[in-house]
Amino acid sequence: MSEIRKELQVAALCNGTAIDHIPSNQVFKVLSLLDLGDLKNPVTIGNNLESKKMGTKGIIKISDKFFEEEEINRIALIAPNVILNIIKDYQVVEKKKISLPQTIVGIVKCNNPKCITNNEPMLTRFEVLDNNKVVLNCHYCDIKIQKEDIILK
Amino acid sequence: MENKSLVSITDYTKSDIIRILQLAEKFDENPNRRLLEGKVCATLFFEPSTRTRLSFETAVHRLGGRIIGFSDVSTTSSTKGETLKDTIAMVNNYADLIIMRHHLEGAARYASELSSVPIINAGDGANQHPTQTMLDMYSIYKTQGTLENRTITIVGDLKYGRTVHSLIIGMSHFNPTFRFVAPEELRLPDAYKRFCDEHHIKYEESADFSEDILNESDILYMTRVQRERFTDLMEYEKVKNVYILRKNMLEKTRENLRILHPLPRVNEIQQDVDDSPKAYYFEQARNGVFARQAIICDSLGIDIQ
Repeated sequence: MSEIRKELQVAALCNGTAIDHIPSNQVFKVLSLLDLGDLKNPVTIGNNLESKKMGTKGIIKISDKFFEEEEINRIALIAPNVILNIIKDYQVVEKKKISLPQTIVGIVKCNNPKCITNNEPMLTRFEVLDNNKVVLNCHYCDIKIQKEDIILK
Repeated sequence: MENKSLVSITDYTKSDIIRILQLAEKFDENPNRRLLEGKVCATLFFEPSTRTRLSFETAVHRLGGRIIGFSDVSTTSSTKGETLKDTIAMVNNYADLIIMRHHLEGAARYASELSSVPIINAGDGANQHPTQTMLDMYSIYKTQGTLENRTITIVGDLKYGRTVHSLIIGMSHFNPTFRFVAPEELRLPDAYKRFCDEHHIKYEESADFSEDILNESDILYMTRVQRERFTDLMEYEKVKNVYILRKNMLEKTRENLRILHPLPRVNEIQQDVDDSPKAYYFEQARNGVFARQAIICDSLGIDIQ
């Protein structure tokens, strides 16, 4: 059957996590948000792969790495539709969607130049006001940031 | 001992507000109470504000407390690049309470997260100035005998005026009716109109500062229309003389109407209004001392008999 013969676009994983359906232009941002650059585990990165849903997509496969929910939710801001495949012994044992956390710490830059977070060596902190439209509220200066205006640090 | 900071008017619940206004009433009857004997309060004014600082320092002195601090940031280590975090950590070693004004927005919230002693926000940029709101509300309470069901007309710069925004939030617990009078460019931001809608607060907007509106008001809260707020100076020239209160406009107003203004005023309230028994802005500033005495004692968890 042709499905079985279909060539894998990225090498299969024995144990670990495959992050699928990453928008092609966000792959390197996802790598940096998850600090994968510092990881010693084998990491396979595929980008501009064919996708029925998205046109092109990126995949990141990380051996022997399983993310805490808090850790992985950091990428929800830039890649909300990502699917997490948890792989054990070459089998997908779980498929997970990610969700936007209620509070976002240290990732987003505040757009208000007079905000204390842009003037002190400190972490930013935003509450998510609207999960669907993605509206953030700065915990410090109270400014509201719309999705299209979000700048990552 | 209870130990809490006041960063924003939203930190106070309805019962907090009522409790503190009743405390302010006691200080109004007798402001000289030695409740801060042996205590040191720091006034850290990273941005100068003589009026606010004098009011706070009077409050501390009348409570018998001592003051350390600065009113000119150029004499401090901040100019050498010291972080706010380090300044707060240092002052924590000395003071029982910190009263702080800062030009950056969110500075007070951040300081309150770092500090082991209560922080009272005396203004952080364009963000919050909650003790002003408390003295405004005390002035309403004192002149009207209640905070409930008042019709409050707010005139001038409703877009940038932080005292206006905080007053709307503070009064929202007491079923007010608001009349917002402002030029087109300085209308109240949508976020605050949404806030009113969500809290079932009645309001009307008008660009016209008419006597009809004045005659139906219990409180008239005037603010300054500042030239630098306008992108279009033609627009400023058109409206600069529209939002000015003159004595003859008060003829048919209610007996209980009182005129408030966060001060400083320029020409938006004409000098001849000062003689009217309805002019209340200087007493309002005096009330600031009582409100701040109450807030300081509440933050330190000091009981007042």
